[in-house]
Amino acid sequence: MLCQRCSKNEATIHITEVSNGEHQESHLCEQCAEADGTVIKTPTNINQLLSSFIMAHSGVAELAELSCPECGLSFLEFRQHGLLGCPNDYEVFEQPLDGLLTRVHGEDTHHVGKVPARGGTQQKRNMKLLRLRRELAGAVESEEYEKAAELRDRIKEFEKQ
Amino acid sequence: MKLAELAKRSGSWLQGEGPLAGIVISSRVRLARNLAGYPFLSRCDHQQKLEIQEFLRQQTSELATAEPLEYINIDEAEALDQQLLVERHLISRQHAEANGARGMAYSASEKISIMINEEDHLRLQALQPGLRLDEAWQEVDALDDLFEAKMDYAFSSRLGYLTACPTNVGTGIRVSVMLHLPGLKMSGQMEKVIRSARDMHLAVRGLHGEGTQAAGDFYQVSNQRTLGASEQQIIDEFKNGVVPRIVDYEQKTRDKLLTEHAHFVDDKAFRALGTLQNARTISSEESLELLSHLRMGVTLDRVSGLKLDTLNELFLRTQAAHLQQIENRTMSAEERGVARAKYIRQELNPN
Repeated sequence: MLCQRCSKNEATIHITEVSNGEHQESHLCEQCAEADGTVIKTPTNINQLLSSFIMAHSGVAELAELSCPECGLSFLEFRQHGLLGCPNDYEVFEQPLDGLLTRVHGEDTHHVGKVPARGGTQQKRNMKLLRLRRELAGAVESEEYEKAAELRDRIKEFEKQ
Repeated sequence: MKLAELAKRSGSWLQGEGPLAGIVISSRVRLARNLAGYPFLSRCDHQQKLEIQEFLRQQTSELATAEPLEYINIDEAEALDQQLLVERHLISRQHAEANGARGMAYSASEKISIMINEEDHLRLQALQPGLRLDEAWQEVDALDDLFEAKMDYAFSSRLGYLTACPTNVGTGIRVSVMLHLPGLKMSGQMEKVIRSARDMHLAVRGLHGEGTQAAGDFYQVSNQRTLGASEQQIIDEFKNGVVPRIVDYEQKTRDKLLTEHAHFVDDKAFRALGTLQNARTISSEESLELLSHLRMGVTLDRVSGLKLDTLNELFLRTQAAHLQQIENRTMSAEERGVARAKYIRQELNPN
């Protein structure tokens, strides 16, 4: 069946309106229905997904204050840009991310694929490195060059371990 | 223009030799990986980006890959070189247009390529002609093993490979096929295909991926789900379910068009051939559309004497950066139109 409005596309949206006991049917394509305001496009990007998720979430205020101690990213910043700041964000934002992961990937959100041969054993060391590198960036930013040099040495030392 | 040589040849993934080559142009598998101990790129400062780039460049140069990898510093590359790599599907448009320390490497056959500092620290890609997802997965899996032996990836046992965008987390895998679907387009059924693909949690995009138009009736279909299923499951579902269904649908539509409206199909193909053999200037949009009609005529044996390879190559080399690389100068849109028409005439007219 073709869309009643544009007569070009296939009608995929079928609406039955009841007013004063009378049924009125209309058959529209997605574009016309959207132009009509009858249909809201399914959220396709992560920002939309997140926004709608946040709206549905009751603890909006708590979420707004959530931020990662490692990279400084707040959950609201993530919401705006759709990109996480560091691996630790997956821990810090575990709860609010859970709904998003389920929507994108389905109910089963436990990794069952490939595992790196040396994976997992080094997580603690990696967190420490992440922290040292953040301190280094901060020292360079505030022109504390002595501190920066010291941190650089510590990172080098650490990488050898 | 360092890459002018590349522009003069066709990517081996474009040679019409693969399974179902009439409809499936290429198969691609890419993996997203990040180094442990560094923030993701949006939170990296300039120095950290440089460190990551230099480290991964160094590691790449030492990998024992079957084919050696050629490294290109994308930040320092000329715009035309960047664009050429996009046109050849070796890097993403985002990677070409971004700022800051970033790079790429590719093998001479172009079946393997990597991006450094795109959305993730490292993205590995394997490209194969036709429907060859298993081969592409094996290639990229082996490449991943080589990298992984030299570095720690950001990984959690619960969520798998940790990526900058949570839509890639888990396997970090993106499986995609490039399909040529003129039949479904002509018969107005593409909308339906796109809708049902979305219902199966697949993304349908244009020629150059995210945010691009479906020029020349080419569509890229890829998985959305990366977590909760293994790489092989994701590939099998794609290989055995989704792709054959769309291919079958396109084939049936072409057959139907041929049975019921052969004159229509012939008219499209031969008009396209006539215009392409005679045009003195032609835009990329028009050439894509006409080449698409002609390609359908060739795969249905309605137009003889033309090889699929020739057409595939024309699709590739009539793009803006290719034309300019081949001519070795920057050209205005008008100059490109003339050069494009001339090149097409040469390829499509005997003698």
